[in-house]
Formats: sequence, C-alpha cells, structure tokens
Amino acid sequence: MSHLFDIFVRSIFIENMIFAYFLGMCSYLAVSKTVKTSVGLGIAVTFVLIITVPVNWLLENYILKPGALIWLGSDMAGIDLSYLSFIMFIAVIAAIVQLVEMVVEKFSPSLYNALGIFLPLIAVNCAILGASLFMQERDYHTLGEASVFALGSGIGWFLAIASLAAIREKITYSNIPAPLRGLGITFILTGLMAIAFMSFMGIKI
Amino acid sequence: MKEPLFSAKNLKLLTGPLNLNNPITVQVLGICSALAVTVQLKPAIVMALSVTVVTGFSNLIISSIRNTIPPRIRIIVQLVVIASLVIIVDQLLKAYVYDVSKKLSVFVGLIITNCIVMGRLEAFAMAEKPWRSFLDGVGNGAGYGLILIAVGFFRELLGSGKLLGLQIIPHFLYEMGYKDNGLMILPPMALITIGIIIWIQRSANRELIDKS
Repeated sequence: MSHLFDIFVRSIFIENMIFAYFLGMCSYLAVSKTVKTSVGLGIAVTFVLIITVPVNWLLENYILKPGALIWLGSDMAGIDLSYLSFIMFIAVIAAIVQLVEMVVEKFSPSLYNALGIFLPLIAVNCAILGASLFMQERDYHTLGEASVFALGSGIGWFLAIASLAAIREKITYSNIPAPLRGLGITFILTGLMAIAFMSFMGIKI
Repeated sequence: MKEPLFSAKNLKLLTGPLNLNNPITVQVLGICSALAVTVQLKPAIVMALSVTVVTGFSNLIISSIRNTIPPRIRIIVQLVVIASLVIIVDQLLKAYVYDVSKKLSVFVGLIITNCIVMGRLEAFAMAEKPWRSFLDGVGNGAGYGLILIAVGFFRELLGSGKLLGLQIIPHFLYEMGYKDNGLMILPPMALITIGIIIWIQRSANRELIDKS
C-alpha cells in the first residue's frame, strides 16, 4: 500500500508532468489565461488520463510486449509487437477521448458545455500520450500501479495549470517590459514555479 | 507557367519559420517535447533532425493525398501518417545512435502529439501543393530545431562547460575559481532560457510584441 502511495505522491510533486517533463505545454500555455477554464481543462485531462493509462497498460501487457501473446497459446510466445505501441496508444487515446465526449454529453450536459472545445483537443495533448509512454518505459507491474500513476499525473497537471492561471490573473496589471509580455513572461514564470516544485525532490515515502 | 523549384516565394517558406514565424517563439507550437531534451547539445541536434524529417515528410504525404481524405476523419488519417513516420524514425535511431535514443526516451514517441506536426498539416498541407508543403514542413522543423539547438548550446556550455561532450571552458579558469552553473542542467532553466530568447527576439523585431 505504501508503495502505491509513493507512486502517487511522486507523480504529483516530484515527477510532475509539467514542471519536470514539460508535457502538455501547448494547451498549458494557451488555456491558462483564466482560472475557470483552466480548472475545467485540468479536470478533463485527469479524467482522460485515469481511463487511457490503465487501458494502454492492459494493451501493453497482453498484446504488445515481447511474449505477451502467450495467453493465445505457447506458439505465440515469440511474437514481439512492441514497435506498434505508438500507433496503438494514440488510436486508443483518440477513441477514448471520443467516447468520453459522447458519454459526458449524454449524462452531464452542463459539464460538457463547460469543457467545450477542450475535450476533443485532449487527444493531441502530449501529457496523455506521455503518461502512457512513461507507463511503458517504467514497467509498472500491476494495473493498480498504472492507475495510481495516472491519477497522480492528472492531479499534478491540474495543480500546475490552475496555479499558473491564478498567477497570470494577478500579473495582468503589472508593468512588464513590452517584449516580454504574454508568452515570454509566462515561460519565465513557469520556470520559477518549476524551481519551487524542485524542492520536493528527494522526498521518499 | 511552371515556377522554378526554389522561387523567392518558395524560399520564403523555408526561411520564414526560422525567425519571424518561428514555431516555438511565435506560433507557440511544439513546446511539449522540446524542452526536456536540451540538457546537452547532441540529443538536441538529433531531436531537431528527427522533427524536421517528420514534419517535412508528413506534410508531403498528407498534401499528396489531401483531395482523397474525407474531412470528417482527417485527424485520424493524419495521426496514422505521423505515427508511421515516427515509428520509422524511432527504429532508425535505435539502430544507429542507440545511446542518444535511450536519452531521448519517450520524447521520440511524443513527436506524434507534437503540435507543430499537426498544426502545419492542418494549417498548410491540407490546402497546398506537395512541394510547397514539403518546404513548409522542413522550414518549420528547422525553425523548431534552431531554438532547440540554441537552448541546448547554452545549457551544456554554462551547465557543464562542454559542447558535444568536449571540454570547452579551459582548465585554468576552473583553477582561478570559475564554477559550472549547476542550475543550467536542471529542467526549469530550459523554460527560462526560452523566455529570454523570446525577449531578445521580440526586442529585435518590435512587430512581434503582444498588443495586450
């Protein structure tokens, strides 16, 4: 249990998707102008992550890995499909984003309207594919580990975008040098926030 | 009415993205996978080349088949083309420069969701002829690579005193008390370096400054 908790805390604070790996930066920079929309996007990303990573974990462990097809019979054990993982992962993500969109629209129109255009755009958010690829690279052993990792990454991404949006709302009236306004200062802000997040490094639970 | 392959208009497609229309600092595309690979110069150069190849050829392929793609499923078609190209690049890297490929880890795969590739396909290749799209793809890949290499150059030089693994800062400077800036190898400095590059670029080209 403490092992799962360790993965959870690590993926939120130490291996934060944005501050340690810069994944999902495009929408992170584009959508973080107001707190309200960024909270909506953060929730949507977390939601898609906790579905796609476990699904891709099953795919990886029962179809793609070298020898993973052994459940079909012992003569299938020699097959290695791992070179197909990029295309399979992205197909799963695109399909699930589509599915999530339809489900949300049917059962919670208010949430659907709040998320608007951001829901379909999540398919090309690097944080989603990145989480699946990290899951593959780090070789999580159980479905539980993969799910906890996905939840933690989602929450970490959510925290990062919500706090950046809050800072950007605050600095609207600051006197920033003209060439640095907009994109430039956002980059530097994110860098400073990342330095602050680095103080979590080395925490072991 | 056949215009030469490298007419002034076509050449502009190549050079525009290097400065005034740079994908990273002006169009804000493809920052995702860009920053984590710039600790050293070598992975940055390999990454820049890989992205240039993928943007160039995906633009070329999509532009050649653009009239046969049904608009409703174009995103999936584009993703399949990009993913296939990225798989080729990934396998080539693993075969010829295994150590760099290990260092790039998931970031080669992440070229698939790199917004530059998708962005240029949507904005350019779906509406233009193959040769012009190819130039546009190569130009944008190169513009992306330029920033990547610039960031990698400063981070490796200031962070570890080396370039491409060779010692650049001479030893007597260290004896006189010079120290490498350990902060430069940490991830946050990539963001701040890009912020400074944007600052310099916008000071030189006033028309790029944000109005708000």
